[in-house]
This record gives sequence, C-alpha cells and structure tokens, in this order.
Amino acid sequence: MSAAPDHKPTFARLSLGDQLGRATPYLLIPALIVLGYFAIGAPTSWLTLTVSGLAMGMMIFIMASGLTLVFGLMDIINFGHGAFISLGAFMGISVLFWLSGWATAASLPLNIAAVLLAILAAMLLTGVVAWGFERVIVRPVYGSHLKQILITVGALIVLEELIHVIWGGQEIFLNRPPTLQGAVTFAGAALEKYRILAVVVGLAIFVALRLVLRRTKIGLIVRAGVQNDEMVEALGYRLKLVFIGVFIAGSALAGLGGVMWALYEQVITAGMGENMMILIFIVVIIGGLGSVEGAFIGALLVGLLQNYVAFLEPKIALVSNIGLMTAILLWRPQGMMPVVKGH
Amino acid sequence: MPDPILRLTDVATDIAQYHILKGVGFEVPRGQVTMILGRNGVGKTTTMRTIMGLWRNKAGRIDFDGTDLSPLSAAERCRAGIGYVPEDMGIFTDLTVAENMTLAALSGPPDAARLDWLFTVFPPLKTFWSSSAGNLSGGQKQMLSIARAMVEERRLYLIDEPTKGLAPAIVSTMVGALRELKRQGASILLVEQNFAVARALGDRALVMDDGRVTWSGAMSELSTDTGLQERLMGLSLEAT
Ligand SMILES: Nc1ncnc2c1ncn2[C@@H]1O[C@H](COP(=O)(O)OP(=O)(O)OP(=O)(O)O)[C@@H](O)[C@H]1O
Ligand SMILES: [Mg+2]
Repeated sequence: MSAAPDHKPTFARLSLGDQLGRATPYLLIPALIVLGYFAIGAPTSWLTLTVSGLAMGMMIFIMASGLTLVFGLMDIINFGHGAFISLGAFMGISVLFWLSGWATAASLPLNIAAVLLAILAAMLLTGVVAWGFERVIVRPVYGSHLKQILITVGALIVLEELIHVIWGGQEIFLNRPPTLQGAVTFAGAALEKYRILAVVVGLAIFVALRLVLRRTKIGLIVRAGVQNDEMVEALGYRLKLVFIGVFIAGSALAGLGGVMWALYEQVITAGMGENMMILIFIVVIIGGLGSVEGAFIGALLVGLLQNYVAFLEPKIALVSNIGLMTAILLWRPQGMMPVVKGH
Repeated sequence: MPDPILRLTDVATDIAQYHILKGVGFEVPRGQVTMILGRNGVGKTTTMRTIMGLWRNKAGRIDFDGTDLSPLSAAERCRAGIGYVPEDMGIFTDLTVAENMTLAALSGPPDAARLDWLFTVFPPLKTFWSSSAGNLSGGQKQMLSIARAMVEERRLYLIDEPTKGLAPAIVSTMVGALRELKRQGASILLVEQNFAVARALGDRALVMDDGRVTWSGAMSELSTDTGLQERLMGLSLEAT
C-alpha cells in the first residue's frame, strides 16, 4: 500500500509510449504511400495516383466525419447520411447552373465565388433538412439499432425519390468551372488542379474540426459525450441539444462533401450518396466509432489504396478496401483510434 | 426536522420490468452527512441515480430545497446544485485530468483558488494535471471523480461508495476531503460500505433493504448498537 504521490509542481505529460501508441495509425499513411511507390514502380504514375488518392480520401473524410460523431455520440446508425450527400450535390450544382455566368467565366475569383455560394447553399439546405430529419426520423428510434437501420434506410429511399421528383430522374452532367479544370505538371507528373484543391479543403476541415474538438468547451462536451453520455448529463449539459447541433453540422459536412464529389466526378445522381456509404462505413469502422482523427486516417488509407489498386489490379479495388478493414480490425478490433466507452 | 435540503417521499423506480425501489422515503438535513447503508443489491445506487435523474421515478416525490425535481433532467438537477460521484466514478478516460475538471466547471474556467484547495486535498491531481485520466490508478480516479464534483460549490453532493477498493491511506485522504467539504457547509448523501468511514463521517444513517428504507436515525445510535445492526443488515457492522 502506498500513500498518494507527493505534491509535485511539475505537470506530467503523456508518456512517450502512450504518444507513440496514439501516433502509430498516422504512420500507416506514409507507409502505404511508400508501399505504393514500390508496387507501382513508375514515379510519375505513383505521384498522380497518390494525389488522386489523397483527394479522394479527403472528400470521403468530409462525408464521414459527421457520421462518426453521430455514431459515437448517440449510438445512432444513420443510413440516411447518404441522402445528405446527394442532396448537397444537387443543391450545389443547381446553384452553379443558376450562377453559370460566374461558374463558366475564365476568372478564378468568379469561379471560386460561385463554388463557395454553391457550397453554402448545399450546407444550408442539408443542415435544415437534417434538423427536421433528427426530429422526425431519428428521435423516435433512440436505443434501437434495428429500428434505426430500417427507418433510416426508408428515409434514404424517400429522400432519393424526392430528388427525382425535384430534379428529374436522369443523371446530370456538369463541367467544373474553367479555372478548376486541367492539371499542373510537377516532377513530370500531371496533377489535376481540382484534386489539389480537394486536398487543401479536406485538410482545412480536418484542422478546423480538431481545433473545435480540442480547444473549445463544446468540443470537450462532444468528446466526453462520445465516451459517457450519462456522466456528461450529470455534469450539467443537455447532451441532446449538443447532439442535434452535431447532427446538423455533420449532415452539412455531408452536403459539402456531396458538392465536392459532384465537381470531382462531374456527374450527379440521386444514388451517388448511397453509393459512397460503403466506403464511408468502412472508414468510420476502421477509424474507431466516434473518432474524427481515426476517420481522417481511415479515409486517406481507403482513398490511397483504392487508387493504387485500381491502377494495379482494377478488378479488386473495392475488395482491397474490405481487406484493409479486415486487417485493421484484426490489429485493433475497435478501430485505429478506439473511443473507450464509459458504460 | 427543520427544512431538510432533500426529501424523498414514497419514491418508486423500475429498471426495465423490475421494481427496484418500492417506496423510498427519507430526508437529508442541511449541512450534515447522511449515510445510506445496506447489503449489496438493495437499491442504494438506484436511489442515488433516481435523485440525480438518471433513472426516472414512476411514483413519489423528490424535493430539493423547495423544488420538485421530477420534471427536471439530470443536467437541470446538476445546475440546480447537485454534485454527483457515481459508483463507477464516471471518469472520461480519453480526456486529461484538466479536461475532466474543466468540463465540470459550468460557469467558465475552474476557479484558481478552489483548484489550489483541491490540489492540497488531492495532490496527485496536480501531478497528473495534463495526463490522460485513463492512466490514473483506481484511487487517483476516485480522487478525480470527487474533485470533479467539487470543482464548483454545490448545495448537495451525492457520493456513491467513494472508498470502494481503495488502500487505507487513500481512504483516509477521502475521509479528510469529505470532512473538509462538510466543514464548508455542504450537505452530503453518502453510500458507504466501510463502517469505519461511515462512523467517522456520518451524522445520520439510513439502512435500506429490498428497495425500501428500513431504518433511519442518528449514526451514533446505529454504530453503538450491534444488535440493531444485525437485525437491519444481517450482520454486525463491527465485523466488516
Ligand atoms: N441496469 C440495470 N438493469 C437491471 N437491473 C438492475 C440494473 N441496475 C441495477 N439493477 C438491479 O437493481 C437492484 C439494486 O441495484 P443497486 O445497484 O441499486 O444496488 P446497491 O444497493 O447499490 O448494491 P451495491 O452495494 O452492490 O452497489 C439489484 O438487484 C440490481 O441487480
Ligand atoms: Mg451500489
């Protein structure tokens, strides 16, 4: 038996081992990139594929970040998330068509302004729809995963049909604004401008989310709530209100991801979000339910692997991501950055 | 008894289909330490959780300092002035000690003078201030759980088995801390199995059995009457 440690004025830090343990998943990204280099052999193809994989990963991260928090915070499985991606894409693209003067001008500021307005409109719409969605669809099924799956899949279908009713049943083709088209050449490799932009935007969103989660009281409440919602309530916070905020913000991010994905693929369909959900769920699961950092790493791994494998062996691109998920879950069954549940 | 801070009247609580509390009634006097004693599984924790609003009572009244708590959520009960230390401590292990404490301070950052006081009562919290709370020992986690409830002044503290599984030296740290809290005028409702601790801190005692309060009175009366102890709890507290 020992008494409490002596009063020391120093602040102990996390031990080195702890810090390394937390950082290990980050190291998987450079490891995969190096692995890709040797597997592909041709440096210019490798560079192009790497940028493209990072861009895809960043967009998947933007779409997955909200879902993982909703999952972690309230234990809600929301398949309807895919509909917010599609809804965001259609809203954003409608705004771009409406602002076609700006969107097709050969002027970077006008193009950026048009895209920003499209994103703003998409996030507004998905945010508002999410607010209603939480009240009508999600709130009645707290606590029952089976009901959540059934009702949110139903809602996904209804929202997709709604998109068909409003925007018609056909896919819509679009062109990226002129200054976001084309590629820059770097070290002999052609790097699409838009992909570089996607990487920058994804990084910015990640840094911003991390800052909010680590540096603000609301972030503290969210992180604590993911671990032990009951205790957060007992400490005086109405977690339901926080959750509604997270749900709206997460859905708005899905809307943002939808616009970015639309500009990437240059075609949109009502089912585009639903099609993304497999990759998004893989990312959320391998990242660790409720972990934004885990989702970030997971999304980049998925994006990179998808691009490398599609180049090397196109037939097994999707299978490769399921393989990645299996490998990671064998290594860390709760995902790369597991959130310890308090109860 | 003049104006208790907390009064339960015929409180009944179900968990799933089970009737766990079957009409609990008692009062917690202001500025005193009231112990809840009783065998395992008789409903002590359920009583605490029901007061805190983590289980909803299906019947009865819970009056806290003149307000009926029934319509209030757990969060509102906390803001009404109740601090809670759950049996499982409820530490956020992914957060640092500092973040656990900051979260519990509802009106801005924790008060520096109060933190200094808590550091003198629980020195490890200062030592491990920036460390992950998940790395604390069991005793240190318990200190954090209590300090967290105390980071701002509350009118009533609900503390569920704070000495469970702790080494004797840490138990005496806990007793010292709770005594200090009481000296500052706080009212405390304390579930405790350790009889030495109960006797050292308790002003009044309630004994529970099978979802009811079967005895209440002065702690001194219970602690001197082994016959009463045996009748109420099936064993003499002296023996534990
Ligand atoms: N979540 C739950 N689901 C079902 N039954 C529960 C639950 N929590 C408690 N119970 C039951 O309620 C009864 C009272 O439990 P409670 O935790 O209040 O006892 P206690 O007096 O605190 O016991 P201990 O001294 O072991 O902490 C027990 O029979 C227990 O099995
Ligand atoms: Mg108990």
